[in-house]
Amino acid sequence: MNIRKVLDQILIKVDFTPNLRRHLTLDRCLVEATTVAEVLEQLFTSQEKLRGYILDDQGAVRKHINIFVDNRIIRDPVGLTDKISESSDVFIMQALSGG
Amino acid sequence: MKLLAGTRKGLFTFEFDDKKWRMSDRQFLGDPVPMLLPVPENNQLFTVLGTGHFGTKLHRSDDSGQSYSEVATPVYPEKPADSGDLVPWSLELIWSLEKGLGDTLWCGTIPGGVFTSTDAGESWQLNENLWNLDARRKWMGGGYDWPGVHSICVDPRDASVVTLGISIGGVYRTTDNGNSWKPRGEGLRADYVPPDIAGEPDQQDPHRIAQCAADPDYWWMQHHNGIWRSSDDCATWQEIMEVQPSTFGFALAVHPTDGNTAWFVPSLGSESRYPVGAKMVVNRTVDGGGSFMQLKNGLPQEDAYDLVYRHCLEICPSGDMLVMGSTSGNLWFSNDAGDHWEIVSRHLPPILCLRYVEFM
Repeated sequence: MNIRKVLDQILIKVDFTPNLRRHLTLDRCLVEATTVAEVLEQLFTSQEKLRGYILDDQGAVRKHINIFVDNRIIRDPVGLTDKISESSDVFIMQALSGG
Repeated sequence: MKLLAGTRKGLFTFEFDDKKWRMSDRQFLGDPVPMLLPVPENNQLFTVLGTGHFGTKLHRSDDSGQSYSEVATPVYPEKPADSGDLVPWSLELIWSLEKGLGDTLWCGTIPGGVFTSTDAGESWQLNENLWNLDARRKWMGGGYDWPGVHSICVDPRDASVVTLGISIGGVYRTTDNGNSWKPRGEGLRADYVPPDIAGEPDQQDPHRIAQCAADPDYWWMQHHNGIWRSSDDCATWQEIMEVQPSTFGFALAVHPTDGNTAWFVPSLGSESRYPVGAKMVVNRTVDGGGSFMQLKNGLPQEDAYDLVYRHCLEICPSGDMLVMGSTSGNLWFSNDAGDHWEIVSRHLPPILCLRYVEFM
C-alpha cells in the first residue's frame, strides 16, 4: 500500500531546514494538499508560530526562505499557487543569501 | 545591578562585583539581539531576536531572565491594493521597546510603525493613528531601507505623553497615549535633501533622542547632521556647532538629574564611521552644549575603529556610571561620569544594545 495514500487522501511529505528546529519543535510530516498555500495552512494549523517564521506579514514567503517542490524552487512565493502532485516532496529551506 | 548586552550573536549578562563587571550568563547564542526591555517590577525581561532568515521574534522571561518563552511578534495588517504606499507593510526589525502608561508596552519598528501591547507581549496592536498619517509617506530609510522608530521617550511627568525619534521621519509626539500625533522638529536641519525642504520636520534624521528624567523639558538629539538640544520640551531645537573632534555619531546619554549634562560618541562622519584619527573619545558637556570635554582616559588612542550604535551608551539611574559598547565588540564602563574608562570585554560580538536592570 502506498503509505502516502490513506483513505483516498493524497498526503504530501514535508521536511524542514534543521535550523528551524533551533526555534520551534518540528517533525517531518505528511499533509493533504494540492497547492503550496494548502500545505502551509495545514502546517500552521498544528503549529501557528511557524507562520511568522516562513511568511512575512503580507503572507509572502520570507526573502531568505526557499520552498522547494520536487527539488525546484516554487515560482509563486507571493500567491503560493504552485501545484502539488500526489508524489511531491516539499522542503522548506533557508536561502544562503542574506540572513 | 545587572548589565545586559544584546549583541550580533546573543545576549550576555554581567553583574557588578568587587568594582568590576563580570559575565554571569550567556543566552540566545548565535542569534542577533537588537533590543531588550527589562520590566523589573514584574521581574520581566523582553528580548528581541532578529533572526536573519526567519524574521524578528520576541521572547519574554517572567523570572528575571533565567528562562524564556516566545510571545507574539507585531504583525502589520494586510496592505490595501490601492494604498500607493511604497513601504512594505511587514516587520523588518524591532528597533525600540519601552514601558508606557499602566501595562502598555510600546514597540518601535522598521518600517516605521509603532505597536502597543497591554498583555505583556501576548498580542500587539498597530498604532494606526501614526501609521495612517499622510506625512508618513515623506519618511525615508536612513541606513536601513525603510524608516524606523528607534527612540520612544515616555514622559516621566505624564506617561500618556510619548515622543518618538524616527530615522528618517523626525520627532513625533502624542499627548493622549497614541490617539493623535504631531511633529516637533522646529530648528532642525537636513543637509541630505534639497535646501527648500531641509527644515521640514519629516525630513529630519535624529539618530537618537533622549530626555532628562528629572528635568523633562531638557532634551538632546544626535542628528545625522549634528548635535541639537531643546530646553522647551521639543518645541524648538538649537544646534550645537563646532564640537571637536566631530558632531557626527549615533549614541547619546543624558544625565538623569541635570539636563545640561550629556555625553556623545563622535565618529568621523557619515561616509567614514570610525573615530576621528582612530582615537576613541567620548564628548561630555556640563553646560548645555556651551563647551565639550573630550574624555579618553582608558579608551584606545590608536587604531580604534569602533562605532557605537545608538542604543549602546547607557547611563545608570544615579548618573555616575556609564557603559558603552561598540561594533568591534569592546565593552567599557566608567564609574566617574566618563573621566576614566575601564574595559569589560575586548572580544564580544558586535554590540547592538545595552540596558541596566535591577530586578526586585
